[in-house]
Amino acid sequence: MNDVGTYLYAVAPEPGSPTPEGLTGVAGEPVRTISSAGLIAYVSTVPLEEFGEEPLRRSLEDLDWLGRTARLHHHVVEAVAEATPTAPVRLVTVYNDEEQVRELLERKHDDFIEVLSRIADRQEWGVKAYVDPAVPPPAGGQGEAATKSSSPGTAYLKKRQASLRTREEEWRKATGRAEHIHDVLRSVAVASRRHHPQDPELSGRTEWMALNASYLVDRERSAEFGRLVDSLRGEGIDVELTGPWVPYSFTAPIETVEGRAPDDGP
Amino acid sequence: MTDREPRGAVLATEGRLPPERVALVDLLDRLLAGGVVVSGDLVISIAEIDLVRISLRALIMSVREADTIEGARRHD
Repeated sequence: MNDVGTYLYAVAPEPGSPTPEGLTGVAGEPVRTISSAGLIAYVSTVPLEEFGEEPLRRSLEDLDWLGRTARLHHHVVEAVAEATPTAPVRLVTVYNDEEQVRELLERKHDDFIEVLSRIADRQEWGVKAYVDPAVPPPAGGQGEAATKSSSPGTAYLKKRQASLRTREEEWRKATGRAEHIHDVLRSVAVASRRHHPQDPELSGRTEWMALNASYLVDRERSAEFGRLVDSLRGEGIDVELTGPWVPYSFTAPIETVEGRAPDDGP
Repeated sequence: MTDREPRGAVLATEGRLPPERVALVDLLDRLLAGGVVVSGDLVISIAEIDLVRISLRALIMSVREADTIEGARRHD
């Protein structure tokens, strides 16, 4: 029984690039490469007392641990991607030993090549659209009329319903505009993927997040894409751009885990 | 979260957002749902952990709002 595992970060085509000097992984161990079938895997050793199944179930609940690990993982992926087209691997993918990683490269060679050719010379851009919900519904108008013709209880309910309707209406408008933005950006992108809107507690903004998406864009069109994002801002809608990212969102399944569709869950 | 991120065209020409400016939540959007998922003789893959049951995940993904958007799309 081993007490260490092999953590896999990314896969690149050979000759790829030498592992950047002094690059360390999620557990502080140096990042090294495993080559097979014309592919290079970037890995590092991790202790299973931290990266085994049971410890992970607990630590994934710990935002500090998750944040630290995500940043270290991202750092390795970016360092590798700087020099060569890179297929990033899902956060926390741990094998028992090097031999299994070698087998993976052989067995999944064609799939990795397919992903790598799809993302070569392309970058992922993140776009979030925030809508400032319009001022609350007017206190007068309908509300007053209702007060005259009915009991205070009914008036309150009617007012509340009207306010809910207004909010719904605002939300519908906001999503309509988000769809428009999405369509415009999609016209310049090779592919797109929607993420779930972020919780305001995490996004740090109070406005509604009406769009949270990623776009895979040809490197030579990135300036055009940026200008397009700028042009979509205004009239109570803010559009935020992040990136360029290593195309994390466009590595779509090499191998789906049976019975699980991460994006179509209930 | 006081700093505004660089704007579109500027960012696109300048290249890369410095690592310390990458918001954790944006990173997690990608790292928890993206990247190549492999199977085989793994010790563990995050894809095998039922993330729906992880409270943190629930916080990150406000599922209800996402449903609203997808619903609105279907009406188009």
